[in-house]
Amino acid sequence: MNPTDTTNRPSVSIAGVGAQPTGTSKPDAADPVMELSGVSVFYGAYEAVRDTSMPIQEKQITAMIGPSGCGKSTILRSLNRMNDLIPGARVSGAVTYHGQDLYAKDVDPIEVRRRIGMVFQKPNPFPKSIYDNVAYGPRVTGMKVSSMDDLVEKALRDAALWDEVKDKLKTSGLALSGGQQQRLCIARTIAVRPEIILMDEPCSALDPIATAKIEDLMSELSNDYTIVIVTHNMQQAARVSHYTAFFTAEVDERQERHGRLVEFSQTGKLFTNPADKRTEDYITGRFG
Amino acid sequence: MSTPTTTTETRPDSSASGNALTQRRSRPGEVAFRLAMQACLLIAFGVLAALLTWVLVKGWNRLDSRLWTEMPTGLVSRLDGAGVQSALVGTLWIISLVALICLPIGVLSAIYLEEYADNTRWYNRLLELNIQNLAGVPSIIFGILGLGIIARALGLGFTVITAAIVLSLLVLPVVIIATREAIRAVPQSIRHASYALGATKWQTVSRQVLPSAVPGIATGSILALSRAIGEAAPLIVLGAVTFITFNPDGLDSGYTALPIQIYTFITRSQSEYTELAAGAIVLLLAIVLAMNSIAIFVRNRFEKRW
Repeated sequence: MNPTDTTNRPSVSIAGVGAQPTGTSKPDAADPVMELSGVSVFYGAYEAVRDTSMPIQEKQITAMIGPSGCGKSTILRSLNRMNDLIPGARVSGAVTYHGQDLYAKDVDPIEVRRRIGMVFQKPNPFPKSIYDNVAYGPRVTGMKVSSMDDLVEKALRDAALWDEVKDKLKTSGLALSGGQQQRLCIARTIAVRPEIILMDEPCSALDPIATAKIEDLMSELSNDYTIVIVTHNMQQAARVSHYTAFFTAEVDERQERHGRLVEFSQTGKLFTNPADKRTEDYITGRFG
Repeated sequence: MSTPTTTTETRPDSSASGNALTQRRSRPGEVAFRLAMQACLLIAFGVLAALLTWVLVKGWNRLDSRLWTEMPTGLVSRLDGAGVQSALVGTLWIISLVALICLPIGVLSAIYLEEYADNTRWYNRLLELNIQNLAGVPSIIFGILGLGIIARALGLGFTVITAAIVLSLLVLPVVIIATREAIRAVPQSIRHASYALGATKWQTVSRQVLPSAVPGIATGSILALSRAIGEAAPLIVLGAVTFITFNPDGLDSGYTALPIQIYTFITRSQSEYTELAAGAIVLLLAIVLAMNSIAIFVRNRFEKRW
């Protein structure tokens, strides 16, 4: 099988105007693919996360950790405009993707999500066959595909699921086990060839063996994809990620809770030599 | 602050009486409530059984092919060879048209209200409230409205299409409410998964939400149509002719329908009419039961487990 030439990654321009960074002016890999600058997310008048700034490095795994209610999932959903689906949700500050503000007026959220896919906490395959689950994305986005069969196989292979399902592609995705369902959701996401994959606690509903498989898969996928993962599991963040962002919840002068980014650095550094006392307390289990 | 001793005192059946576990106590409240529930069920079921038995016994002699091959008559002397064909065909005409009119309108309205409308806007909330209210409006009111606006102002007259439009309006709220329930039962995670792949709103609705909601929509719609079949009140003011000896042959045709035919038979004093009415009631019940079984079949066949 050589289906790589059957798919083409979408060009970077989202708004249709030439906001692409010129390839020559990109001197090193440290140029982040996404960047958050002073991002706050509001639900109505309530400010759920306040003033978050961090980069997302290309083809690296960035983990977001922190106690419940610290806003890490909220920030994750702001990266591909899934927050748009929540009535009253609003983002201030700038989320840039290849230098382009994702919240600019002329940006189409549909195109954003096409390039920045998402895997959810609870495996949520469509009530369709395994094949149709994977083919759904390419179909709805109108991808030019020479052979859908090859594309489905490639996506399932990349998600380390092919060997388990190759003989039952026509059976319902809901008939698979929880871990298989989650890998099907990953296959479905990479079938549209996104550049970035957001994962919102992808292993929290899985047993340790299924979790280990997903973690291996994430490392494998980071050769081709930029991955941002939210996790409650600090060991998981330490095992798989290259960069880690630690969030916590703060109570302000009006007794309202806000999520805050406390520390962002390379994973090794954050876990062995945290700069902030709160990070240290959290990772050593004294808090949260 | 209570002392630790109080907790041991409140613990049930403590060691003071060692064999407390084996002494089964009678609980009169439990028994009485159980009996009351069974009695209520018996009343509901008993009345239904009595009614069914009565119509079956009364109409037994008329339960043959004459019922749907012969026309009704107003002459007692010809009653032996009479049936309710024109009413049956009229009912089938009307119900098919009701399905054609109210299903698309009802389903699309429900999709709009569930998936597109912004519930924080006052006009959308007003719409919702009024749909709930419409479902409770007596059917005779719809009949009078139809008489004034559709039959007279629009000039459609006492025809099949007038009856179908009015019955469609009557059951539209039921279809909308049932469809909304079905759409709401589709998990939000499915919509999010679709959006996260770059699907548009309409793609998500048409390819994920609607197919998953079909069982609920079908069940609700068929039950709404069953209600429309049994309605007599609006048709009385909409000129359903009591004895017609021809079948409707178009949208602008005069008509009668089974509930109306049954009503006019029963108002006659002769016992032969009562028998024929009982036969027609059995026929009407058979149609409604058949439609309800289709609803149950569709629901079981296409139901999705999440």
